[in-house]
Amino acid sequence: MDALIKIENLSVGYDKQPVLHNVNLEIFENDFLGVIGPNGGGKTTLLKAILGLLKPMKGKIIFREDMRMKKKPIGYLPQVKHIDKNFPITVYEVVRSGSLMKNPKKINTREVKQKVEWLLTEMGVSDIRDKAIGELSGGQMQRVFLCRALLSDPKILILDEPDTFVDNRFEGELYERLKMLNQEMAIVLVSHDVGTISSYVKTIACVNDSLHYHPDNIITQDQLDSYNCPIKIITHGEIPHTVLKRHE
Amino acid sequence: MSNLIELFAYDFFVKAFLAAVFASISCGIIGGYIVSRRIVFVSGGITHASFGGIGLAFLLGFNPLLGAVLFAVMSALGIQFFTKVAHVREDSSIAIWWSLGMALGIIFVFLTPGYTPNLMSYLFGNILTVTISELVWMFILNVVIILFFAFYFRKILYIAFDEEFARAAGLPVSLFNYLTITLIALTVVLNIRVVGIILILSLLTIPQATANLFTKDFRKMLVLSSVFAFIGTISGLFFSYYLDIPSGAAIIFTLVIIFALLRLYKHFFK
Repeated sequence: MDALIKIENLSVGYDKQPVLHNVNLEIFENDFLGVIGPNGGGKTTLLKAILGLLKPMKGKIIFREDMRMKKKPIGYLPQVKHIDKNFPITVYEVVRSGSLMKNPKKINTREVKQKVEWLLTEMGVSDIRDKAIGELSGGQMQRVFLCRALLSDPKILILDEPDTFVDNRFEGELYERLKMLNQEMAIVLVSHDVGTISSYVKTIACVNDSLHYHPDNIITQDQLDSYNCPIKIITHGEIPHTVLKRHE
Repeated sequence: MSNLIELFAYDFFVKAFLAAVFASISCGIIGGYIVSRRIVFVSGGITHASFGGIGLAFLLGFNPLLGAVLFAVMSALGIQFFTKVAHVREDSSIAIWWSLGMALGIIFVFLTPGYTPNLMSYLFGNILTVTISELVWMFILNVVIILFFAFYFRKILYIAFDEEFARAAGLPVSLFNYLTITLIALTVVLNIRVVGIILILSLLTIPQATANLFTKDFRKMLVLSSVFAFIGTISGLFFSYYLDIPSGAAIIFTLVIIFALLRLYKHFFK
């Protein structure tokens, strides 16, 4: 089976200055890929390239045939720090803005409205639909943005540091939800803290200047060192392994 | 009350009233956008840069508002260019255009032979001297703004809220940004006659702050801002007439009083 997204020899960055060099990666249906790596290593840059926000300087990103529409079927949950919490926008409108990712031909206002309602209910945020985005707790905001990402029926769901929305108590809830969603779509989860995710993800990619793919969710310190990935691993028994950020 | 109604028998007052209505709608909507998007400082830069155009128009003897439009649009593009292409920090490039426009204006006015009697009304506004042709232009601007926001409301909202997401979705974000910055420039210039260059930022921010006390919904905020702008402008107009004080300053003062009272009301009763 072909990969949904195939990245070949990709170099990408800002102002003619590549942040990532010669990245090769394939994302298949039902993948659950954890992208780890140090801050500034290029995790977000990789996402931006996949989302089409950055043009490749070298190499290419090939989408599978059924992904090649004007608007790619990709759901995207941004980092919480990129959200202007004082912006006068309601929960309902944030979720509905997900319709931007739908292809114009497919937009049927009634259907969009129904899908918004369904998602709000499904994620348990229906009762706060008229609240301003700034009035929400981290967990609520995370669910609202997940609704937005899911509105366009994506084949791939990309989450950029979703754990920064909430404290540890709510993290498990998110990952259980993602596990369910993973039955219908590929998931790419970026995190600088793989501690909690490694038992949920199926595969791991370490991004630092380049990308090292690891075809399961167990990764050893030796491997990370040889990948030039400055992340510290703490191992608790057998599986799941826990990978933590290096202590300062 | 009969006094108030009698005022409408005066031609100048009817024109001032219409100017207040048009200014409130355009500044309410555009200001709501500016405040939400946190580009108040950019708007301030464009506003003050337009003084250069007014000075040039005095010197060469053409319509000052035309000169203002020229400089406003030029500075809007100039700020973009400095920031994106020349990599000057955005706040610095705003300040450069802001002061450059003012400096050129002062030089041009200085070079203009004789006395420039209207200068004060451009700096501080005089809603009582608005002309018919200015009213026509204000009306056209209002129609354009209302149509633009009505047709593209959700696109404008979604781009303003999360530009990156809109870009990822393939929306023509840059085009929308250029269109909105042009509308900002035009709004600023056409409302200069109402409250003046120095004070126009207030019509773009104070009614919005007041509206923000009551709603966090973009659509309602635009409408409420226009309403509060109208209340403030009209009351200011009456104060200026009865107390015989400059209209621009009276309007701003009223806007601030309304904000302060409602803010206090909210503090104590909600």
